Amino acid sequence: MAIIIDENKRVIIQGITGREGQARCRLMLGYGTNVVAGCTPGKGGQEVQGVPVFDKVAEAMEHAQINHAGPVDISVVLVPAKFVKGAAIEAIKAGVKLLVIVPDRVPLWDAMEIAACADKHGAQFVGPNTLGVISPGKAVVGMIGGRAESAKQWFKPGSVGVISRSGGMSSSTAYYLGQAGIGTSTICHVGGDSVLGLRFPDVALMFQNDPQTQAIVIFGEIGGSMEEDLADLMQQGKVTKPVIAYIGGKAAKEGTRFSHAGAIIEGGKGTHAGKVKALTEAGATVVDSFGDLPAATKRAIGHF
Amino acid sequence: MARLHEYQGKTLLAEQGFQTPKGGVATSPDEAHALAQTLAGPVVIKIQSWTTGRKAIGGVQFADTPEQAKAHAENMLGMVVGNFPVQQVLIEEMIPIKDELFVSLSINDRARQPVILLALTGGSGIEERAEQVHRIACDVVSGPSRAELESIIKGSHIDAAFHDRLVDSIICVFTVAKKHEARSVEINPLVTTTDGRVMAADCRMTIDDYAVFRHPDLGIDIAREMDHPPTELERIAYEVEQADHRGTFYFAQLAAEPGNGSNGLVGFHGAGGGGSMMSMDAIVAEGFTVANFTDTSGNPSASKVYRAARIILTQPGLCGYFGSGSGVASQEQFWSAYGLAKAFWELQLSIPAVIRLGGNSEDRAVQILENVCRDVPALVEGFRKDDSPKTIAQRFAELAKASLEAGVAVWKPRLPNVPGFVGSAKSYEITGGRVWIDEASCDAQTTDLLVELSAGLFKSEDGKPVLAVQEDEFAKRDSELIALEVELRLACKPVVFVELDIPGLS
Repeated sequence: MAIIIDENKRVIIQGITGREGQARCRLMLGYGTNVVAGCTPGKGGQEVQGVPVFDKVAEAMEHAQINHAGPVDISVVLVPAKFVKGAAIEAIKAGVKLLVIVPDRVPLWDAMEIAACADKHGAQFVGPNTLGVISPGKAVVGMIGGRAESAKQWFKPGSVGVISRSGGMSSSTAYYLGQAGIGTSTICHVGGDSVLGLRFPDVALMFQNDPQTQAIVIFGEIGGSMEEDLADLMQQGKVTKPVIAYIGGKAAKEGTRFSHAGAIIEGGKGTHAGKVKALTEAGATVVDSFGDLPAATKRAIGHF
Repeated sequence: MARLHEYQGKTLLAEQGFQTPKGGVATSPDEAHALAQTLAGPVVIKIQSWTTGRKAIGGVQFADTPEQAKAHAENMLGMVVGNFPVQQVLIEEMIPIKDELFVSLSINDRARQPVILLALTGGSGIEERAEQVHRIACDVVSGPSRAELESIIKGSHIDAAFHDRLVDSIICVFTVAKKHEARSVEINPLVTTTDGRVMAADCRMTIDDYAVFRHPDLGIDIAREMDHPPTELERIAYEVEQADHRGTFYFAQLAAEPGNGSNGLVGFHGAGGGGSMMSMDAIVAEGFTVANFTDTSGNPSASKVYRAARIILTQPGLCGYFGSGSGVASQEQFWSAYGLAKAFWELQLSIPAVIRLGGNSEDRAVQILENVCRDVPALVEGFRKDDSPKTIAQRFAELAKASLEAGVAVWKPRLPNVPGFVGSAKSYEITGGRVWIDEASCDAQTTDLLVELSAGLFKSEDGKPVLAVQEDEFAKRDSELIALEVELRLACKPVVFVELDIPGLS
């Protein structure tokens, strides 16, 4: 098993005819993702790399039901940031239960509206500002790995779940674990923004319930409260698998934003020290140097 | 800055019917005098700066006469708060305060919706009275529940005559936040007055960086949080970012001097938010001071990386250039390599550079960088995904030490090295610049090579290179043209030069 994505999930790409849409379609198809359709308003009837394009998500949904024996499970949203809200809400209303929202710079109030709509319809989303999710050896949604051959080479299937606030570091973390002989069940980049769909605690609970996953590796960052919330879950005994974490941004100054919208320390909240303390007290192994993650993970799995 | 000053926030509140004290903003003592005269009575003068506790630093003063107001304004307009000089003071009527409340709106990342915090006793020191604060969740579309607000206000000590207007005011905070896509609003205090008014005595508001494009009326020039006013270089960098949306580009200056005991000032160039922060931690752990934080990521164009490098190298006093990101990048890294290589060659870099180009096409990327930099005085080393940030930070420390011992001076910004044919040769316009072709040096063999390396942009006609695509298509292919320039230089046929404008950079 794995979480979020596997080779059986029926996936559509919103914005499939755009530059990013086409590039990521190639990656997903090449890696083995079951891409059943794409959507771009006004481009219905076309094909992208053999994938049929529809004007509306509802049409793609119908196509999946008829030709792929079930509904669309996941939509990967690859439209420009200012159109994300409309695209995401369309997919949720059409009945898609999981969205992967890749674009960055999605306005905060748009993200909150998407969240409200998702809650109302019992849907979930990853992102915005996510590189996506990959279950090594099975399938990928989004753009982790960039190219299918790289993704196949970099990420090894295995028993460690990876959750990261940083896209590049999702790949790096899993790559270095793989180099140390530790494979991954699923790698989930939750996104760098302050309002996100699935957050660390949500994904950690999925890993907790996944029989393939034995331990959870976290790449955290300053700002926000996701690391602290995960620590709370551990304290409550809801996440009992070993958690190994690295928190970036130790050298960051308060009041200055470092790339990720979520990575800002305000009013002393979301500090590096506070996150390290919360996780350590909850029983996680927090490494000071990123390079120590693989060794610490090996030790944690050994103890499990 | 997406933070608004008190007077700007109050203007937005007033537009939605929220009452605010009469007054205006002054940028000179004379304006302060005039405003106080108009208000005809005792006034309060407040510095407009992004700080809490203005009173304690003398940033809030009272005056009975316009002359006093002018004198206070004179003092205040010379103040520096944090790194920000005070440029404006707000002059307002004195209001006879009866009750003080605290109200704020922020985004709850857990609930993924706005939350209003309300305390019935406001004023300073609110942070210490957290247990008295009501938390009111807001539906992102419909706002806070009126009934919930009423039950809080009606059960309070506040005179019933104010209740409805207080509830209206609190709802108005939500309306204003939603309309202008604020990330936070704080009114401390929200007051009732002895003459029967309900008004905002202060206001702090921050707009969502990502939504600023939808609110040009707010006049926010740089939608980014920093702890200092934007420097000239930061403004230049911001313009570059706005002009090219292929990938992201962040540039923030952190230090102009190495601190005491520092091993030196480093130009920092990251790739990817998390990897950049981690790499910055790694270089700081080696005892260096980071001059700037830069991040070019999300599949940036070669020209964006080039411009970032040029901007980083406009900072004097650097002992080296350190580039490192996540290390296992999904994007094709050779584009970044072409951008860096071009900048380093043009500037004839003299300080050591350590660049980690791990990820897709990393071997090609490292090769490009190192080959081009053979013609550059500095030691430039490229690294791959199997080299950790810690390892390359240590390598950087070795190179920096060796340079210092060899007597290499710290970086002095210089003009780029430009081939002699630029300005007189044939040129084609591209987005943000132009391409120069040294036709005189294009013999048949060189032309063939140029055509071969041009990714279909040029063809040969009578032994000379001519465009093979439409001009508007050609204009967008700056990355391929940079690659062409660099590859021709490596082939010892430097007949192409891409001139990329960076407005404001001299």
